[in-house]
Amino acid sequence: MVNLALAWAEAYQTIRPDVRISVTGGGSGTGIAALLNGTVDIANASRKIKPEEIEQAQANGIEPVEFVVARDAIAVIVHPDNPVSQLTLQQISDIYSGKINNWSEVGGEDRPIVRLSRETNSGTHVYFLETVLRLGQKDNKTLFSMDTLLLPSSEGIINEIRQNPNAIGYDGLGYVPHDLKIIAVAETEAGPYVLPMISTVNDKTYPIARDLYVYSVGQPQGVIQDYLEWIHASEAQEIVAELGFVPILVHNP
Amino acid sequence: MNSKQNWQEFLIPRLIKACGYSAIVFVVLIFFFLLREGLPTLVEVPLKSLFDPRWYPIEEHFGILPLISGSLLVTVGAMLVAVPFGIGTAVFISEIAPRWVREILKPLVELLGGLPSVMLGFLGILVLAPFLRVFLDLPTGLTALAGSLLLGGIAVPTVVSIAEDALDAVPRGYREAAWALGATKWQTIWRVTLPAARSGVLTAVMLGIGRSIGETMTVMMVTGNAPVLAVKLTSIFSPVRTMTATIAAEMGEVASGSVHYRVLFFIGIVLFLISLVVNISASAMIFRAKKRAERVLS
Repeated sequence: MVNLALAWAEAYQTIRPDVRISVTGGGSGTGIAALLNGTVDIANASRKIKPEEIEQAQANGIEPVEFVVARDAIAVIVHPDNPVSQLTLQQISDIYSGKINNWSEVGGEDRPIVRLSRETNSGTHVYFLETVLRLGQKDNKTLFSMDTLLLPSSEGIINEIRQNPNAIGYDGLGYVPHDLKIIAVAETEAGPYVLPMISTVNDKTYPIARDLYVYSVGQPQGVIQDYLEWIHASEAQEIVAELGFVPILVHNP
Repeated sequence: MNSKQNWQEFLIPRLIKACGYSAIVFVVLIFFFLLREGLPTLVEVPLKSLFDPRWYPIEEHFGILPLISGSLLVTVGAMLVAVPFGIGTAVFISEIAPRWVREILKPLVELLGGLPSVMLGFLGILVLAPFLRVFLDLPTGLTALAGSLLLGGIAVPTVVSIAEDALDAVPRGYREAAWALGATKWQTIWRVTLPAARSGVLTAVMLGIGRSIGETMTVMMVTGNAPVLAVKLTSIFSPVRTMTATIAAEMGEVASGSVHYRVLFFIGIVLFLISLVVNISASAMIFRAKKRAERVLS
């Protein structure tokens, strides 16, 4: 999410040269911690603030206010000739953990499954591990199957899926080209099976998506209020789409 | 005028000397840096964890055996390609080809050596891996085999140019003596010229191994990077993760001083030791061969 924050800050400073925004990365925990300690005005986070963090903030006399500024959806992708077009979260988890090894077990052809993943240092990898492989359960210790191919880039994954009918992969929705097949995902076998789109991500029916937040200290005032309003407006949301995230439709601040 | 010359005489040899020593200084500094950053691994990570069959650093699985086996497998595969091809090409250029063919071939081979490895990686992803998958009916073409073939291709120019120089240096009298005894061209090459150039040919092979084991970009692109312990011969047809690709892929994002960071440096030490062993055995063989040659000549 640091890329998004940087792009926003850069674009905003060209409109308002009098405002200086410095962006520091390091992960959501770093940002929220800095907010609690009062060293920053706003913190970007790709996860919701935890109750204990709110308590700690209140102890420091800070009331964090939450804004959803964008969304991030992970699309599960396969070769266009693959007859499988829908999977449950449990099936995807079993495929990646190595319990399911053949496409015929999930209604496809008799082909081995080749699992593709981003490298372990990618935030997408960690999110996919927690949300899909471990189904969001904290005490679940499922790991990626050892023969999962770890590719260093989105292009690597897309190239391999484009020519290999055995492959399954995942990537940020914005990176997936039109010639690959996106799998419809359901939380349970009962369905519904949902394809990731801006609308299904925004109404939260697509299960592998998360909100991206900005937290401010108290109700934003002055420059910060202006910045947050600008983030929710069309120009900033176009940047969201350009960077492969899902723009939000609501204008709530 | 004279004083200027004196001054030059004083300065230039010392500059040259400094350049010469700098190479040693740099190697020693690098080695100490590696040791300083990597050796704490042995304290921080239990030995059992290093021999874990799984490499998954974000969950504290630091098994480096899959990475070592991956590197060795790809390198051995690469040498199986590069040694016959490289020495064959060298023999052809030096012993068989007519002069004009030789004058075209040699620069061409050297040009091949200058190809950026990332380009070969692209070729691997777009052409070689899909071809291998269909041709050998594999689940995926991103395998150790794809890495070996490309690395072999990268090592061939190194092997050819050094082996060819060595064959070229064999005195003409050796060949003429063989022919005079009625040996055929093939017998001369196999029994006389190649053995006479043995030390140079071995150097060529060793340098080829060094080139393959240290190569990063191409293997990262085409071997699939799955850290599976490669113990069977058929592992060549499955994805592997090499030490170099692991360092390259993970070093950029790792927190400095963390356990993961230390283990990556430890892998660097292992890599350094492997190339050290290769280089030392190469020079030992050359040294031995030289002594023998001197004995024969005297």
